[in-house]
Amino acid sequence: MEILLKLFLTFLKIGLVSIGGGYAVIPSIHEEVVVKAGWIGEKVFADIITISQMTPGPLAVNTSTFVGLQIAGAAGAVVATVGCVFCGVAISLTLYRFFQKHKESVYIFETLNGLKAASLGLIVSAAATIILLSFFGTGDPDLKTMKESLDIGAVAIFGGVLFLSRKRKINPIMLMLVSGAAGIILYM
Amino acid sequence: MSNEEQKSITPGIYLWLIAVNIYISMFAFGGGYVVVPLVRRSFVEKKKIFTEDELMEMSAVAQSSPGAIAVNLAALSGYKAAGTAGAVISCAASVIPPLVILGIISGFYDLFIANKIVAAVLKGMQSGVAALIVSVVADMCTVILKEKSFFLFSLIPIAFIANFIFDVNVALILAVCCGLCILRVYVRSGGHKWKFF
Repeated sequence: MEILLKLFLTFLKIGLVSIGGGYAVIPSIHEEVVVKAGWIGEKVFADIITISQMTPGPLAVNTSTFVGLQIAGAAGAVVATVGCVFCGVAISLTLYRFFQKHKESVYIFETLNGLKAASLGLIVSAAATIILLSFFGTGDPDLKTMKESLDIGAVAIFGGVLFLSRKRKINPIMLMLVSGAAGIILYM
Repeated sequence: MSNEEQKSITPGIYLWLIAVNIYISMFAFGGGYVVVPLVRRSFVEKKKIFTEDELMEMSAVAQSSPGAIAVNLAALSGYKAAGTAGAVISCAASVIPPLVILGIISGFYDLFIANKIVAAVLKGMQSGVAALIVSVVADMCTVILKEKSFFLFSLIPIAFIANFIFDVNVALILAVCCGLCILRVYVRSGGHKWKFF
C-alpha cells in the first residue's frame, strides 16, 4: 500500500512540474525516479526514453507505466499513470472553464487569443525539431555536413504526406500507416 | 453548458469517445503534437463537435497546463463533447494504449529496441508525423491571420524563435505572452478599464 502511495505522489509531482511536455520533462523525471527514489538505474532510464520514442503516448505516461510495473506490478502502473496525468487534466479543465466563463472580459478574451498564437509558435518549434530529426537524424545538425547527412527518403515521405494531407484530405492515420510502410521499404 | 448542448449527450457519445481516444492515442507517435491533426479529423471534420478555432483554444490551454498535451487535449475534447464525465472517460481511454503496449513489451524490451523492422517503421512515420504537424500548423496560422491583428500574428514567430533558437522555457514564453496581451488591452483602453471580469 505504502509503495503505491509513494508511486502516486511521486508521479503526481512529475505531472505537475512537467510544463511544455516532450523532452523538456526528461530532467525532472530523471531527478525523481532515478536520483531521489532510486527505483530504476541510469541504463533502464535511458532504455525507457528509447522505448517511449518507439511507442505511442507521452513520455511521462510511458515512464510512469514502466516504473509502476517494475515497482508494484499492474496496480503500480495504473496508480503511477493516474498520478502522472491527474494535475494536468484538472488544471486544463479548470483553465478552460475559466476562459469560457469569462470570455466577455476583453482581458480574458485577448489573453486567450495571445495564448493561441504563442502556443502555435511552440508547435511550429516542435515541428521544426521533428523535421530536423527526420531529415538529418539529429535535432541539431552540423551546417558543414548537412548536405551529406540529408535523408532524401525522409524528405520524399514528408513531401508526399504533406501533399496528400493538404490536397487530397486523406485520413491522417492512413497517412501515418503509409509512411510507416514506406519506412520498411526505405530503411530495411 | 447550455440545455441544448446537454440534450445531445447520449450514451452513444461515451462509447464513441472511448473508441476515438484509444484510436488517436495508438497513433500518438513523435512527441504528442500529432494528436492535434488527429483530434481535428475526428472531432472537427467528421463529427463537427467543435470548430477549428475552438480546437486552437483547447490546444493552447492543453499546452499551457502541466502534463502531457495529448492527455490534456483528450480531456478537453471529451469535456466539450460530453461534459465532465466525457472528460474523465476520454482521458482514461487515452492512457489505455500506452499502458497496454508498455505492459506487453516491458518483459522483452531489449528485443523490441533492437528490432530492425520496428526501427524502420518508426523512421518512416517520423517524416509523416512532421508533415501532418506542418499541415495543421498552416491551417491554424490562416485562422490567426483572419483576426487581422499584427500583434497576434507576430506572437507566432516570437514564440517559435524564443523556443527553437534560444531554448527559452515554454512556461516562461506563455507567461510573458499573457502579460503582453493584458498590457496591450490596458494600454488600448487608456488605462481606465482596469477591470478583469
